[in-house]
Amino acid sequence: MKILVTLRDDDIAPRFDLTTEVLIVETGNSTPDANPRNILLPGASADELCSLIIKEGVTLVICGGIEDAHFQYLGWKKIQVIDKVIGPAAEALRLAQAGLLQTGAIVGQGVTPP
Amino acid sequence: MNPYEPSAFAGLDPLNLLNGLPHGVALIDNEGRIVSANRIFEAVTGYAAHDVRGVGCDFVFRSNPDIKRSIFENTFDAVDTLSLEGDIINVNRKKTLVRFFVSPLNSHNGHKIGFMVAMEDITALKELDRQRQAHSESQGILGHSPRMQEILDFIPILARTDTTLLITGETGTGKDLLAEAIHHESKRASSPFIKVNCGALPETLLESELFGHTRGAFTGAHADKPGMFRLAQGGTLFLTEIGDLPLALQVKLLTVLDDREFFPLGSSKKVRVDVRLITGTNRDLRQMVKEGTFREDLYYRLNVLRAHLPPLRERGDDTPLLLDHFLKLFADNLGKTIKGFSAEAMAELCRYSYPGNVRELRNIVEYAANVCAGNRIAPSHLPASIQAATLKAGGRPGSEGGEARRGEERTIMPPAADGNFGQGSTWSEIERGKILTALTTTGGNRSLAAQQLGWGRSTLWRKIKRYALD
Repeated sequence: MKILVTLRDDDIAPRFDLTTEVLIVETGNSTPDANPRNILLPGASADELCSLIIKEGVTLVICGGIEDAHFQYLGWKKIQVIDKVIGPAAEALRLAQAGLLQTGAIVGQGVTPP
Repeated sequence: MNPYEPSAFAGLDPLNLLNGLPHGVALIDNEGRIVSANRIFEAVTGYAAHDVRGVGCDFVFRSNPDIKRSIFENTFDAVDTLSLEGDIINVNRKKTLVRFFVSPLNSHNGHKIGFMVAMEDITALKELDRQRQAHSESQGILGHSPRMQEILDFIPILARTDTTLLITGETGTGKDLLAEAIHHESKRASSPFIKVNCGALPETLLESELFGHTRGAFTGAHADKPGMFRLAQGGTLFLTEIGDLPLALQVKLLTVLDDREFFPLGSSKKVRVDVRLITGTNRDLRQMVKEGTFREDLYYRLNVLRAHLPPLRERGDDTPLLLDHFLKLFADNLGKTIKGFSAEAMAELCRYSYPGNVRELRNIVEYAANVCAGNRIAPSHLPASIQAATLKAGGRPGSEGGEARRGEERTIMPPAADGNFGQGSTWSEIERGKILTALTTTGGNRSLAAQQLGWGRSTLWRKIKRYALD
């Protein structure tokens, strides 16, 4: 499973279309990838991000708010999207790998402690 | 001091107060976390307030621009309310256009305890604005300024009636466009809109032009001519420059307006017409009445409804809007990829007073679009007259030595000071001027001049030959 998490600092970015950094993790059978990749995007664009997701062969996207058009598009491309997630990216990723993360989840305290 | 102290209000539940407000409202603490929110906030964002209590407001609002950053950058020390527009994505994955109002909240002892963020859904308002703008654009009238909005709002009212309308305004303000827009909005839209310039023809010809003539009415009248009044039957006749209408014809026009019928030149048969008359002028008709050059009775007959178009210098932010509009228009026509104006060029253009109003602005942009070889209009692409006028009015900030350079251009560049490029300044003349400027500034070095003009050396050589500059 290849997971892409939209990032803003250590948290999940509030909006998919305003995301400028993503984390890509490839996991085996519940084994985290040894080499997660942080990618800084040249600019915030939902369309460009969708292209990256498809190009990278991502199978699961974890993000905050996403417009319905992009959500439907990714679904049509057989990519699972868990959206409206609020909280630290690491915690959300851990829950996703355990199969416990749900759409609209508020993980941790809703934000990474300063 | 007023001794009245309503003790019952001491224990007022703030949430109860917030729920009575017509907008979504959230209370935010000094860390930017949601403390409380009202029902409309829950409806707009889709989040129940108790679910997101303590969560960073930026993660709940999901706004663009980022509301939390805006709060901490602008409002934290501010006393007044901050207002900003943007959009949010709610839990239904729907993007909603909103207007935020952020106010700091203080405790009884004056300490800042947080903020109140009120959020108004403006999707419907924006859609109305968009429709109104698209409508006015389709009529060729552009303008966001309050004075133009008044005119645009007035068009449907003016279009509903057949009453005579007088449009006043300086030259180039768009009197013709307004008259045409009113015609297209009216029930007469399917009939002709005829425009006659009263200042363009001598008196005898104008009478024949307006009212028509029969064959043999005068020397050279070889055939019947219907005249503009009859051609506009069922539609609208727009008489522009009505102040130039000769006195003899003013009487005849008054009769037509009263009786709706007239005798064409040389005819003994009355013609009845059903025409809505709109007149336009840039002259002060009241003053002309005082001077005895315009009939008072006709003035009152024409001045039943009146619309005054403001000059461009009084239209505030409409100048950048019109500049962008015309630049896109001319860049498309010329097949150029000009993205916009540089900050300096825009500042210079916004400072200029435009005595010729929108017509002058349009001509300036057309000139700049023709001259510009790059992808952004720079001050050097503007007509010398603009640069001279803005220099005279206070100069361009931070441009040392620029005056001498512009002075040089002023002697070479052809456009007239009134911005009227159509008369006496062809593209060839402009191009010749540009070549001379380039050669002068490069000390006659053709390679550098060609580079400066964005041409190859051979193109420059060909053009130098064509304009006999060698």
